[in-house]
Amino acid sequence: MDKTYRNKKARKAAGFRKAVQFGWGILTNSYIKGFMPGNPAIYRGKLKKICVPGMNCYSCPGALGSCPIGSMQAIFDNRTRGIGAYVIGYLSVIGLFLGRFVCAWLCLFGLIQELLYMIPTPKLTVPEKADKGLRYLKYVILLVMVFLLPFFYRTGYGAGEPFFCKYICPVGTLEGGIPLVLLNSTMRGALGWLFRWKFLLLIFCIASSVFIYRPFCKYICPLGAFYGLFQKVSLIRMRVDEEKCVDCGICAKACKMRVDPRKTPNSNECIRCRDCINACPMHALSMNIGPGQGTVSKPKTQNIID
Amino acid sequence: MKREVPLKVTIILIPLAIALCALGVYRGEVAIVLNKAINICMECIGLG
Repeated sequence: MDKTYRNKKARKAAGFRKAVQFGWGILTNSYIKGFMPGNPAIYRGKLKKICVPGMNCYSCPGALGSCPIGSMQAIFDNRTRGIGAYVIGYLSVIGLFLGRFVCAWLCLFGLIQELLYMIPTPKLTVPEKADKGLRYLKYVILLVMVFLLPFFYRTGYGAGEPFFCKYICPVGTLEGGIPLVLLNSTMRGALGWLFRWKFLLLIFCIASSVFIYRPFCKYICPLGAFYGLFQKVSLIRMRVDEEKCVDCGICAKACKMRVDPRKTPNSNECIRCRDCINACPMHALSMNIGPGQGTVSKPKTQNIID
Repeated sequence: MKREVPLKVTIILIPLAIALCALGVYRGEVAIVLNKAINICMECIGLG
């Protein structure tokens, strides 16, 4: 296949994905009244019983749904009634159907990081060893900051705390904190060390996103870590047709999450953005329902026409 | 390449996940989520 045609196809596919991300972001944050200056009020309707599948702060003035990670911590906080079954079950259903597909297609914060990465600057490649080690950080955050601390820690008054949201999450600062503080003068007066700390984290996250592809998703995001656990069992899975694959490595080069689809097509790190599928000149990669068996087609000796 | 997980494992896990979600609904966890989500979360925005 001609390389120019392939690039055009990949650009078109990337444009389609961006449109879906934008559309989803607007749809789930379309409570216009919340953005009115003066005394902003967030949406208080019944839709907030449902969590959005991606990272989206429920204190964003426009948010129509709930944040899954915040909701999980809120349930743990109220442990006399909550064991987290609603949100864990709900996210498990999404994970079992889609895996990390949500990260690439239905996460507003993922889109923001991608847009920042599009700023034309030299890009950084985190050394492989450090990258590999840092990838485990998101699992530690999921376990400690989302599950253990909100469940077990109690203040002197018996109240719990949403540790991840309070001390780490840059999404809440960007989507909730900054707009609310800008729209409300009373809130501006209440700013303290916590806001400054979270604002610093947000700046670090934004700055690193310009040079590294989706650093929050790769190293920090507990939701991506949770969905990642379902990659190998989800209904939607990546498949490599070994009869068609010529081991050219174009797919691995195209993957900005640094996954090699030839070795681990359903890696916990794959966000199913389809970049590898669109880059493959042999059409050896696909996204299917369930595991694939591979089909006999072109022999492995066929050359790639670049 | 490693052997893939059979589709029937997924088919078995999906109803279990739905049941877990239903258990949460039964235990009143939806109300906790709604109560948290309709009020501005001070911790989330960095004021609490």
